[in-house]
Amino acid sequence: MLAERLIGPGTVHPILKLVVQRIALGLLLLWAVSLLIFLGTEALPGDVAQAILGQSATPEALANLRESLGLNQPSYVRYFQWLGGILTGDFGTALTNGQDIGQAIAQRLGNTLFLAACAAVISVPLAILLGLIAARYNGRWPDKVISGVTLSTISLPEFVAAYFVIFLLTQVIPIFQPVAMVFPGMSFWERLNAVALPVIVLVLVVLAHMMRMTRAAILNVMQSAYIETAELKGLSPMRVIWQHAFPNAIAPIVSVVVLNLAYLVVGVVVVEVVFSYNALGQYLVDHVAKRDLPVVQAVGLIFAAVYIGLNILADVIAIIANPRLRHPK
Amino acid sequence: MKMPLSALIGLILTGAFVFCAVFAQWIAPYPLDAVTGGVWEGPSDAHWLGTDTIGRDILSRLIHGGQITIFVALASSLISFGLGSFLGFLAAVRGGWIDQGLSRIVDLMMAIPSLIVALVVLSVLPLNLTVLILVMGFLDATRVFRLARAVAMDIAVMDYVEAAKLRGEGQSWIIFREILPNALSPLVAEFGLRFIFAVLFISTLSFLGLGIQPPLTDWGGMVKENKDGLIYGKSAALMPALAIALLAISVNLVADWILSRTTSLKGGRGA
Repeated sequence: MLAERLIGPGTVHPILKLVVQRIALGLLLLWAVSLLIFLGTEALPGDVAQAILGQSATPEALANLRESLGLNQPSYVRYFQWLGGILTGDFGTALTNGQDIGQAIAQRLGNTLFLAACAAVISVPLAILLGLIAARYNGRWPDKVISGVTLSTISLPEFVAAYFVIFLLTQVIPIFQPVAMVFPGMSFWERLNAVALPVIVLVLVVLAHMMRMTRAAILNVMQSAYIETAELKGLSPMRVIWQHAFPNAIAPIVSVVVLNLAYLVVGVVVVEVVFSYNALGQYLVDHVAKRDLPVVQAVGLIFAAVYIGLNILADVIAIIANPRLRHPK
Repeated sequence: MKMPLSALIGLILTGAFVFCAVFAQWIAPYPLDAVTGGVWEGPSDAHWLGTDTIGRDILSRLIHGGQITIFVALASSLISFGLGSFLGFLAAVRGGWIDQGLSRIVDLMMAIPSLIVALVVLSVLPLNLTVLILVMGFLDATRVFRLARAVAMDIAVMDYVEAAKLRGEGQSWIIFREILPNALSPLVAEFGLRFIFAVLFISTLSFLGLGIQPPLTDWGGMVKENKDGLIYGKSAALMPALAIALLAISVNLVADWILSRTTSLKGGRGA
């Protein structure tokens, strides 16, 4: 059915065509990124064998290690081996401790996703609500307070926001623990309690962008003629926004929300380090410091894939939500 | 034109930060690495902001660290600016495969967060000031490229550029004498934003332990050194964090003002 519709150019639904195009473009981009990550690190000065053995290594030891790591093969051969391995779920082994990277990632990916999901569940409704309120009281004090506070959180890097929150919530008002430890045996509620602080920080970091863009999207819709009609009919301002402006602003808001979830990818890396939270970002930063290239390449590719995936999702939602594309000409 | 209060505050604070950075060696009460007190002492006459994790004066380290932070951020934003705007202008003027090639490379680099790219790259490169500045400048050049290309595209179709081309002027004349002066005002406002981005970026890298290496220090590194004190209620880590926040906000205020000024000059919708 799908294939049938894809064959003839005249018979394909325009939305389907755009979506397929966008996904294909995303996959192409991901492939180019894998090339960038692998060959980019190859082309830079620096030698993996030297990095493992240190400056004082003898030339023979270096040559032996290069041989056993397969570094003597041309880089394109190693690229295809690496890519083939990743596509079949084999990420190779870490240089520093010889552990299987795939397993290490599998253990930590869940923790990262748990943290990001908690942050998303709280920040998305909150951002939309605050955006609605700011748009309702546009230019008056609730708008100014919300916009002012979010403007200052935008200018803070994640770790600075994190330490302000830690200081406030563990010292000034002591209600939380400053480290977020999760163990395999913990119950769901214990986990939730453990990640409370990092989640608050992540919410703060993404909330500002999301709220400001929601506000802008609603204000943009508020200039339409049908909003003026609704206002002149005598509807209450909140009702105008909720029933007339919001449904028309959903498409831009949804794509803003998804784009900001992609933003979480960067925030998560820093916040995990701040709270010593054992997950993927912490794993990445640790192994950059240890110069463990295979781990960095693998985790970097995963972060890039998530980021690109969310961006594709945002575009696809925007395409589907555009009613002009719903009916073929 | 009257200067709004917020821009004035921003300008004064930014000026104060730059002044402290330039004259750090003379202003700072103690040298960078001198241990002059106990561990995590509170504020006193001898140490206005207290002492850090091994008893060094926090105010002195803040001033010295500010010098490094501002220097690295300034150097990398100059590089990103020079490189990005030159290539952006070039892409706009030449068009064709140069434009296509450069634009696709930039698309690729912007398809993943720059922190992730920086982490991947820094796992191979040696960690020193030059490498950090180059990596940051190079990564950030992508954003300047997009802006410069868009601005130059508009200018490149103007009559005076056409006239210069017909006069037989070379490519570099068109870029530096026709496009650059007319593209300058939006680019200057952008410079402030790029500078702030660089400050936040170097602070984050140093905080992760992958930026400025000891014995040198910067604000991000100072937060990292003193972060354990927070558990015992010692606020030493908050001072550099506060400095980062204050610098970011004050430069933002100035950049906002310049941006609104330049848009109103061009008859745009700016305030």
